[in-house]
Amino acid sequence: MAITGKPIDRVDGRLKVTGTATYAAEFNQPNMAYAVPVRSTIAKGTITTFDTVAAEKSAGVIAVLTHKNASRLKAINPEEQMKAGVIFIGEDLVPLQDNQVHYFGQFIALVVAETYEQARSAAALLEVTYNKEKHAIDLVSELPKGYKPKLLFGREAQLNTGKTADLIAASPHKIEQTYTTSTENHHPMEPHATVAVWEGADKLTLYDATQGVVITRAIAAYFLNLKPDNVRVISPFVGGGFGTKGTWLHIVLAAMAGQVTKRPVKLVISRQMMQTNVGRRSATIQKIALSSDPKGKLTAIRHNSETYTNLTQFFEPSGLATAVLYEAPLREITYQVAKLNVGAPTFMRAPGEAPGTFALESAMDEMAFEMKIDPLAFRVLNHAATDPETKHPFSANYLLECYRVGAEKFGWSARKMQPRQTRNGKYLIGYGMATATYPAGRSSASARVQMTIKGEIKVMTAASDIGTGTYTVLAQTAADALGVSVERITVEIGDTNLPPAPIAGGSQTTASVHPAVLAAVETLRKDLMLLAFSDTKSKLNGRKADEIDFAKGKFYLKGDASISDSYADIMSRNNKQIMEACATSMPASGSGLGAPVAPCMVVPLATEENSDAKKYSFHSFGAQFAEVWVDEDLGTIRVSRFTSVQDVGRIMNEKTARSQIIGGVIFGLGAALMEETQYDKHWGNPVTRSLADYHVPVNADVPQIDVHFIGKPDPHISSIGARGIGEIGITGVSAAIANAVFNATGKRIRSLPLTLDKLL
Amino acid sequence: MEIENKKPSLTEEEKTLFEKLMPEDMNEISALGVQRRHFLKLITLTGGALFVFQMLDRHQIFAQSSVDPALNIVKAGSIENSVNVAFRVNGARKALEVDSRMTLLDALRERLELTGSKKGCDHGQCGACTVIVDGRRILSCLTLAATCEGKSVTTIEGLAKRGALHPVQAAFIKHDGFQCGYCTPGQICSAVALMTEAKNGEASYVTANVRAKATSLQLSDDEIRERMSGNICRCGAYPNIIAAIKEVHSGKDVVQTWQFTGENNQPTFTTGG
Repeated sequence: MAITGKPIDRVDGRLKVTGTATYAAEFNQPNMAYAVPVRSTIAKGTITTFDTVAAEKSAGVIAVLTHKNASRLKAINPEEQMKAGVIFIGEDLVPLQDNQVHYFGQFIALVVAETYEQARSAAALLEVTYNKEKHAIDLVSELPKGYKPKLLFGREAQLNTGKTADLIAASPHKIEQTYTTSTENHHPMEPHATVAVWEGADKLTLYDATQGVVITRAIAAYFLNLKPDNVRVISPFVGGGFGTKGTWLHIVLAAMAGQVTKRPVKLVISRQMMQTNVGRRSATIQKIALSSDPKGKLTAIRHNSETYTNLTQFFEPSGLATAVLYEAPLREITYQVAKLNVGAPTFMRAPGEAPGTFALESAMDEMAFEMKIDPLAFRVLNHAATDPETKHPFSANYLLECYRVGAEKFGWSARKMQPRQTRNGKYLIGYGMATATYPAGRSSASARVQMTIKGEIKVMTAASDIGTGTYTVLAQTAADALGVSVERITVEIGDTNLPPAPIAGGSQTTASVHPAVLAAVETLRKDLMLLAFSDTKSKLNGRKADEIDFAKGKFYLKGDASISDSYADIMSRNNKQIMEACATSMPASGSGLGAPVAPCMVVPLATEENSDAKKYSFHSFGAQFAEVWVDEDLGTIRVSRFTSVQDVGRIMNEKTARSQIIGGVIFGLGAALMEETQYDKHWGNPVTRSLADYHVPVNADVPQIDVHFIGKPDPHISSIGARGIGEIGITGVSAAIANAVFNATGKRIRSLPLTLDKLL
Repeated sequence: MEIENKKPSLTEEEKTLFEKLMPEDMNEISALGVQRRHFLKLITLTGGALFVFQMLDRHQIFAQSSVDPALNIVKAGSIENSVNVAFRVNGARKALEVDSRMTLLDALRERLELTGSKKGCDHGQCGACTVIVDGRRILSCLTLAATCEGKSVTTIEGLAKRGALHPVQAAFIKHDGFQCGYCTPGQICSAVALMTEAKNGEASYVTANVRAKATSLQLSDDEIRERMSGNICRCGAYPNIIAAIKEVHSGKDVVQTWQFTGENNQPTFTTGG
């Protein structure tokens, strides 16, 4: 393969650097009106009165929607929703249907006006009175009233409850500690935005900032009572997702405003609303206990994770990584979930693994220190060669190589076992490391490929590029499979008119969509070749497929490139202006996050691939290494360098893959050092209202980050051999940094973020 | 949709009117066309707008009467406290009637079809809206459009010249200085203005000696990091952004350093030297 894997520049790079890539809010429509939502100012209770007069009289206002005048939408009904493919709905709360308030900042009204300024101004004029009830906002005090979830992603949630207690209690070598992580918000740079355009009463187009157009269509159609075929969702460019651009129901608010005003309506979520209305990673309290034999082999692992939720089945699954890392004869993983009056928690980059690896990998560091074993050696000693829970072999697992390479590249051998040994001036310097892991999923996906007689090739699939490089890597795959240059390929994604593809979530776009694109391209190539074989005017007339190779837009005889026929000539002689093929790749495990309906020819997986899905455990692994400089006088921590080694299967594009890992590490650095949404106990509102007080890493916070890939294809996940790469980069990062802080200072901080108050 | 008063196109009747009422402005009007202040003056002088409306082509004053009349129509009289403002954007003259509360960012995005400048926070916290006004980078979300009278605005759309990318744009592509691309226009505008600031020897928080006489600065990585910290990139492309800016600023290729660990443990790709 010539171009796949190569670090080519992004094919959409020029659009992005010239400001011509078009994001949802930029699809301005003729006669468009602007909608601004109004948020509740209590965290729990009922709305008693709305005074909308001043807002309605305000200049330019066209409509004010509240639960009193808004149209009735279909209600939440999990079973029916599942049947309709309505998954990844952000919160189980259809807006403006009743007077109930479930959290501070909930959308309770919508003002629509001629201009954005007018809508925003009028939204502030709405007078609302409430019957306020006592809200639940404190995690610790609410946990005893919470529940133990039975299911986690369709599987048993609680594992071996209570079974490790005796063993750990009796063990002479053990640690038991509690780790906490903060509530975090995703904050992609592009706020959620929807432009809703009605065509008559039953046809709707949404230009939406979404990680998955197919799912957004299903959700819009369901709640608005429309046929899915009558809803089109368009989202060619998405300004970051990180899990928050599943679908939140402000999309139906925009559509409702369009129905009322009979005009296209633009609704853009403000940065402040992104703190309240579009999900978060909930705070966790994680109790970890480890016991080991005298040689340092773990005998038991217990991970009890406590968190909160509201208006969703989702809860932060912090024990996920604990189920696949390290060999231990007994492991207990349990959850306790409280219900708080906070907007719904949701998937946020490596949901579960990100906070979970902070707790587990900090505990591993503590245990290693306890056992006087180097933390890396301790992990090698306890490495799980097969999946410790399912007992299946891993499809591929080069974690030990990640450790080895990471140690070498980072210079781990210079680390001192005892803390506080390395200084530079007033700074204490420390090294820390942690393991990274994330499951490798794969869902069904479909793709259509078209080739014109001029050799222009179009790859079409309703996948998303949320910055991940989908446009680029799909072009690379198609170019190689046809033997043409990548410039010949145009990739069209982010539109429900294209063949369905899964949401860009769970790190599985590459693993899911590439097999479909490859199958479609191979079908097209085969059709073209058969045309040549049966064409008496072709030099390849009467040949067989195994005699033929292809390159540079031509088929040629293996061993004699002069006997050839070009795609263009074949098409021209056969009077074909355009040829097309469509394929659906359906993993044996089912459609997963993909669309259940396959519109294209289903390409059955090879039988061995089908059985592989049941025989193997699919995970990516990595090793994270951090050096920190700590100023003890001020309590400040600087990450001075970072090394990340990743085993994520085959790399589709070294450049974009490296960027994803760097980005993941920086996301983890934010969680480690600064990110925290704090709620006011009295009002229940986030006091961190915007990017001024919810701090995310800026350029000055970030050191050079070295990235290394093992790069060995996964022989079982697909014919391509690539696992996902979007989420694993964040896992283990906060633990590596916290462990480095311990190595520097001797202070073990078990609470994220590692702010200076905790260090002083 | 913009109004470009490249040439005055006044009727004889209008010329006579202007000559009578405001002879001192006639030269300027001939050269630049009718500008907002002429219009206002004319209203004052004639004691009523109606007359002038009839005399002047409204297209010269109100942007909403645009080339595509379907787009961005603001119903006459629907804006309270409107302000007429004219400024240059990427070299072209734009004249708009704006809500006095309208930011430069919203004027660009919602009225002038220049959606390259991004709204990330609308509060001056993220830098996605950075544009260059009269040579300096500013946050267009914190700048009221009404304050831009007579100014010259350069947005991301104005950096490439005749299809050739600005060196900073090209370096961002080469070094993958973005992922989702949403902060990118702001990052690039910031980086372009930063080069000028360095050339002028302007100090930053990390400049070692701020008392030193301002001369052209060669920016270290730390200087670039500091000076680019007003532009948030949530995808985390910062190291790549540094590489891109450093390459353009220093004029030397910056090595890209990702590696495969494969069998031979050799880097498979590096660029430059």
